[in-house]
Amino acid sequence: MDKFEKLTGVAAPMPLVNIDTDMIIPKAFLKSIQRTGFGKNLFDEMRYNRDGSEIPDFVLNKPQYRNAEILVAGDNFGCGSSREHAPWAIADFGIKCVVSTSFADIFFSNCFKNGILPIVLPQEQVDLLMADAERGENARMTVDLEAQEITTSDGEVIKFNVDAFKKQCLLEGLDDIGQTLQKQAAVQSYEGKMAQERPWV
Amino acid sequence: MSPKTLYDKIWDAHVAHEAEDGTCLLYIDRHLVHEVTSPQAFEGLRLAGRTVHAPDKTIAVPDHNVPTTEGRNDPAQMTAESRIQVEALDKNAREFGVHYYPVSDVRQGIVHIVGPEQGWTLPGMTVVCGDSHTATHGAFGALAHGIGTSEVEHVLATQTLIQKKSLNMKVEITGKLNPGVTAKDITLAVIGETGTGGGTGYVIEYCGEAIRDLSMEGRMTVCNMAIEGGARAGLIAPDETTYAYVNGRPHAPKGAQWEAALNWWKTLFTDEGAHFDKVVTLRGEDIQPVVTWGTSPEDVLPITGVVPHPDDFKGGKIEAARRAIEYMGLTPGQKLTDIEIDTVFIGSCTNGRIEDLRAVAEVVKGKKIKDGLRAMIVPGSGLVRAQAEQEGLAEIFEQAGFEWRLAGCSMCLAMNPDQLSEGERCAATSNRNFEGRQGYKGRTHLVSPAMAAAAALTGKLTDIRNML
Repeated sequence: MDKFEKLTGVAAPMPLVNIDTDMIIPKAFLKSIQRTGFGKNLFDEMRYNRDGSEIPDFVLNKPQYRNAEILVAGDNFGCGSSREHAPWAIADFGIKCVVSTSFADIFFSNCFKNGILPIVLPQEQVDLLMADAERGENARMTVDLEAQEITTSDGEVIKFNVDAFKKQCLLEGLDDIGQTLQKQAAVQSYEGKMAQERPWV
Repeated sequence: MSPKTLYDKIWDAHVAHEAEDGTCLLYIDRHLVHEVTSPQAFEGLRLAGRTVHAPDKTIAVPDHNVPTTEGRNDPAQMTAESRIQVEALDKNAREFGVHYYPVSDVRQGIVHIVGPEQGWTLPGMTVVCGDSHTATHGAFGALAHGIGTSEVEHVLATQTLIQKKSLNMKVEITGKLNPGVTAKDITLAVIGETGTGGGTGYVIEYCGEAIRDLSMEGRMTVCNMAIEGGARAGLIAPDETTYAYVNGRPHAPKGAQWEAALNWWKTLFTDEGAHFDKVVTLRGEDIQPVVTWGTSPEDVLPITGVVPHPDDFKGGKIEAARRAIEYMGLTPGQKLTDIEIDTVFIGSCTNGRIEDLRAVAEVVKGKKIKDGLRAMIVPGSGLVRAQAEQEGLAEIFEQAGFEWRLAGCSMCLAMNPDQLSEGERCAATSNRNFEGRQGYKGRTHLVSPAMAAAAALTGKLTDIRNML
């Protein structure tokens, strides 16, 4: 997994609430058996007409946001399905950080597995970052995971919380499975105990 | 010892390792696998030279992509990409030696219907699947939730998940339901109350007389949509209804093991005085048959209502409602019962079980669906289909003008050929009315099976109570 340490980039504003996983990556694009190549279909139905031409009004089609690396989004971002294709598409497009007032649970954990940092902030602070993002490509934000700080283009600093374990995994780009396998002894001992206590499982 | 919730008890029984910061390795008793979210996980195992840790606890079945028309074993019925995913599952299941129900097996069906049907899902278990509707299995008092593909790979390799505990939420439905009101109306009414983000960070325990009175099928419908309310999982404490459903199923414990299991299952309830971080209470008598008008499952209204105006909402929901009303092609103030439909879809992991089909048959028996309407019934599994045929339901459906299909996810998410075309409007018993969910620019109204049946007869969204 790619490390996430510090990022300075353009933030795209998407104030719509309840942006669901079907919007992020429609099911027509879930048929690949690879993890890559989903970026071109990120937000497909909002981003393209049926003939494949771009919808100019959509935020990521506007010249100033085409290379956005941060997304500032409305409440309950990523609700709906468990498809990891959603964060795969976001990462493949080049977005590494999403800020919102809340995220759906499964989407939130999926982000961390793919080097994306989802940040939850109170409404006023999301509003402030949304306004900053509206200013376009001259307004570049900095997200510093180690310090747990976002710095707006005006130099205002916003602190954020992140789970310590998840932070470490992102900073070091750690592979979960490798870490868990180091605790194999604990799992085997649990399995031994359960074979006695709940043999029907 | 301090009193515990049902969730606390199941959680505690599955912690294999706990780090100082509270991050746990949660042991997984059952891992269900389907073709869309697993290929990359199996490929990851292969690349790392890893094996499936517990193939005997892993159950695979193709459901999302499979055609639901006769003769589907002919590969020409699938698109090339769908075929690649189904074939990949076939290969992975055999190579890694997990339990497998291929398309040709009568037991094949939607993974969340097959699991309980075969007795894989039991009270007190942890159940995961790369699918958000895994919440369904919570109906058995099992802690069940959806996971992403990276976590699918993690569970395959280690039989555990790295987890932190969620908060406890209680949803109580008191009293009795009125005629025409079903489990689907309960679960939609709850989401209407809490919003799609209201359960985020929580595991819900559903309780109260109206929940106790539900069959296992109804309880599965309620828990299935816990995820639509944002909750990690939904739970219902096991009771005699649960034990009666489980007893005798192919993979349920037998003999002395059954007795031992039953003894433990009977301890799985929330202790008196246990703490809930959030409580929502609805009176069963207040719940009406409901329908969704918009593009989020929280856009719920009683069937007697009218399409709202965006200004009825606050904050970001104003813009979301404006967008939804436009997408759905509706007018504020329009009566919901005046909305005409083109299609009816009955099926899915929410409402594709035998009881759902019986409810439909009761409404349409001896009648004909509206001329020109497309109406499809897709049983949740091959066994549900067989049972419906044995009970004479299939005959009722076909005489009424419904298409009677083979098992699969079908038009719930339209990954197979069953899709809405642009602008088409559907009364659906499934779980999501998102933009494009049932087909590009398709319009979905979520309803109960009885309401879907009523709509099929009249060609409009219809109050089932007028047909009782």
